[in-house]
Amino acid sequence: MKNKEPLFSKNNLKLITNPLSKDNPITVQVIGICSALAVTAQIKPAVIMTFSVMFVLALSNVIISFLRKTIPSRIRIIVQLIVVASLVIVVNEFLKAYFFDVSKQLSVFVGLIITNCIIMGRLEAFALTNKPWLAFLDGIGNSLGYGLLLIIVSFFRELFGSGTIWGFQVIPECFYNFGYENNGLMILPPMALITIGVIIWIQRSKNKNLIEEK
Amino acid sequence: MNKHSNLYIIIYASILVIVVAAVLSIISTTLKPVQNKNIELEKKQNILHSININSNRKDVEQLYGKYIKASYIINYKGERLSGDAFNIDLRKEKLKSVEEQKLPVYESRLDNGSKKIIIPLVGKGLWGPIWGFISFNDDNNTIYGVTFNHEGETPGLGAQITTTDFQKRFIGKQVFDVRKKFVSIELKKAKSKSNNIHQVDAISGGTITSKGLEKMLQNCISCYEKYLKENSK
Repeated sequence: MKNKEPLFSKNNLKLITNPLSKDNPITVQVIGICSALAVTAQIKPAVIMTFSVMFVLALSNVIISFLRKTIPSRIRIIVQLIVVASLVIVVNEFLKAYFFDVSKQLSVFVGLIITNCIIMGRLEAFALTNKPWLAFLDGIGNSLGYGLLLIIVSFFRELFGSGTIWGFQVIPECFYNFGYENNGLMILPPMALITIGVIIWIQRSKNKNLIEEK
Repeated sequence: MNKHSNLYIIIYASILVIVVAAVLSIISTTLKPVQNKNIELEKKQNILHSININSNRKDVEQLYGKYIKASYIINYKGERLSGDAFNIDLRKEKLKSVEEQKLPVYESRLDNGSKKIIIPLVGKGLWGPIWGFISFNDDNNTIYGVTFNHEGETPGLGAQITTTDFQKRFIGKQVFDVRKKFVSIELKKAKSKSNNIHQVDAISGGTITSKGLEKMLQNCISCYEKYLKENSK
């Protein structure tokens, strides 16, 4: 029997750190954009969304990875969908019971986690061919990468759009007296796309390897 | 068993679905009471907000008990009906004909002893339902306070109906004119501060939501017309 790899070996840790930067699901793989537009007007829903996606992605990765040898390949997408959908329902019910205000804000977007391409993407690309522990790390890593972007984008959108951070007023009242105004456009979805675009731009200018060859 | 055989697939799918269904229904039934409690608390918060009392999740029960003195159901003629006003689903009532609608009324008594009548509102915005509560002064004509809520109006535009800034515009406006005719409140698109006592500045960029709100006020308050007139001081 070959030597067992330690739980947090270098290779395993890469599953977590890669999605944070050079393999980020949003800026590099460009998946999961739709929800990134919707929940980033304020930081709080973005953070809750991150945890929700983390829960769903990590757990569905593990479940699918456990089942991977039994799943009939002809219905594997359906099986994946059932697992993801039921986890999402669990999250939604839980939010409604214990984070009522947040669940109202996220409203339909929790349900839309099902269609978040990151989740199906990771299930297909990773969980179906890897062991549960690795799949778990991969799920955590990718949702962290997703969340990191969400939080960066929502930070700027909330700061310039509402003048608040996590709901607290940070732009002092006297600024407004001098004619400063919150930028209403920041709250609307187009600015989320533009912000993400700028982040992708910065990331690629720092890391030339990410630029596709023509 | 052959993993590719139809039998295997059917058995696999059936077991999966049964397991998932069982788990989900257990979770749903265990969490249901907590969820219903949340919805109830939110409604109470909204009712209190319409008489300009801000509450949070912790003190709402106590404040509600303190200020809301009575609630009852009436019909369009203003006659009292029996039943629990709080649990009336106004949205369902609105589907019935005017004669059959059961209309909830809440009565509050403020610290200074004045009585305010609170009426629930339901209507349609641009993307989904909007709702709220409106309270009247003793004359049952002048608006004392309003609260509006929505499910998914455009953030920054239609969604602004939930802001205090917008809701303050309604305070002091009147729904009956000098000849006691019901005129409701009109939402006007005008930058100039309108002094008309039956008009309120609409939300710029939120025209359809504003129109929906206007219609909601018209539809909901009109059913109470008789009741409001008969009980005014």
